Amino acid sequence: MAIIEVEDLVKHYGDQRAADGVSFTVEEGEVFGILGPNGAGKTTTVECVEGLRDRDAGRVSVMGLDPAKDAAELRQVLGIQLQESRLPDRLRVGEALDLYRSFYRAPADPERLIESLGLGAKRKTPFGKLSGGQQQRLSIALALIGNPRVAVLDELTTGLDPQARRDTWDLIEQVRDSGVTIILVTHFMDEAERLCDRLAVIDAGKVVAVDTPAGLTARVSAEQRVRFRPSADFPDALLLDLPEVVKVERNGPQVVVSGSGNLLQAVASVLARAHIVAADLRVEQVSLDDAFVALTGKPAQP
Amino acid sequence: MSSLLKLIAVEARLFVRDPLSFALGLLLPTAVLLGLGAIPILREPSEDMGGARFIDYFAPSVIVMSVAVIGLTNLPAVMAGYREHGVLRRMRTTPVHPAKLLTAQLVVNLLASLVAVALVMAVGRLAFGVPLPGNPLGFAGAFVLGITAVFALGMLVAAVAPTARAASGIATVLFMSVMFFGGVYLPRFMLPDAVARIGDYVPPGVQSLLDTWNGDAPDGVQLLVMAAVAVAAGAAAARMFKWE
Repeated sequence: MAIIEVEDLVKHYGDQRAADGVSFTVEEGEVFGILGPNGAGKTTTVECVEGLRDRDAGRVSVMGLDPAKDAAELRQVLGIQLQESRLPDRLRVGEALDLYRSFYRAPADPERLIESLGLGAKRKTPFGKLSGGQQQRLSIALALIGNPRVAVLDELTTGLDPQARRDTWDLIEQVRDSGVTIILVTHFMDEAERLCDRLAVIDAGKVVAVDTPAGLTARVSAEQRVRFRPSADFPDALLLDLPEVVKVERNGPQVVVSGSGNLLQAVASVLARAHIVAADLRVEQVSLDDAFVALTGKPAQP
Repeated sequence: MSSLLKLIAVEARLFVRDPLSFALGLLLPTAVLLGLGAIPILREPSEDMGGARFIDYFAPSVIVMSVAVIGLTNLPAVMAGYREHGVLRRMRTTPVHPAKLLTAQLVVNLLASLVAVALVMAVGRLAFGVPLPGNPLGFAGAFVLGITAVFALGMLVAAVAPTARAASGIATVLFMSVMFFGGVYLPRFMLPDAVARIGDYVPPGVQSLLDTWNGDAPDGVQLLVMAAVAVAAGAAAARMFKWE
């Protein structure tokens, strides 16, 4: 069931159309990514969904509520994590959660939230003394303190070190597993690939594609390549007979097999039956990065 | 607990935790009074002042200082900082409107001013025998109108300044004017007569405070000017306030 529906959303800033007929739906319980180059209209789009900005045209429904009309009710069930939003430096972690908890009718248990976000030892630490990753986790905790059914997380891991990013990803998976629907705004391909069930690619205010990460890459090219060094020679026909295989090339001692579908499994089982060991086996796929460039004509990362 | 009470409690804690706002806002006026009172001649009746004591005459100026430090340095800087750093924006994502945070800030700063003023009066009375206001009702009225005018000016600065730094810059100009006309830098009997007369109408209205302190009725026009400044600046601040 769709928990969020966006239809022909339009938002101008002066002459500029930040969102120009954006449409997508988000299913309950999924992680839905919004991917796009900087300035593509990602943040504008989610701000219209959150009711932080009024749209100029189109229809938006979040859990049956219209963000432009029912903003107060919507905020009870929608958790929002903003880019670059700080707290007063001297406000302590525990105090922040306790304060924000008082804003909601049916808040989450702050103790459990603090523990699950790994802030247990930081309860009394003021915001200004937290590391970037810890501030980000507190920010996520505040987005979840109202026990939301939908959480919107904007540029979640920008500016975090690699370990903190990975920890944050684990955390998002936990949140998803607890049943919260998540909209994830990002310009990181690895993040989208790892976390999103489906994603919308937005470019110049328009949705250019909505699909699963695998579906997006398949759209650009279904071709995969398997490379390996065989332990014994074999005729090309051995692999060309497989329906998955399109082409077999030899590159010195290396064999490069191109094809689609379950290519790796097909090739590996045939080789095993022929008692050939494939050394240095590698699968090359079109990455989400390649798909993104093909769809938008520009790289995602600035 | 309602979210407003909680916000007030949190903002009060943050105020006390900030060494600058605590020391400058709450303690500095009393420290100035103590410093001046330590000079014996300022505690003696003086012929220059028609037999009055300087310390008695100066007490209302210390009240001006208490109100100005908190209303024109702390309040705008904190509010503009909250906007600049996205604190207000984050509040907008919750069911509680950021106007409640503003209200909490105002309440805390008002309470802090009251504490600072009470401290000045208590220390003045106990240490130097400065009498309490002779016309308490008139004094309370003049004080409430005066502090409202100063805080409204502070909020107007917070409304238009894009950053905490800009707010401090603009507010400093207002702060210096209020302090100068309030007779904090130079006692008002040393100011040219014209300047002192202008000072009667500059918030928070030191002359009304002095008159009521001496047991007289405050001047109606002066009170009216304070009310007008409060309404005009307050309305302008409310109209122009940017939440992001």
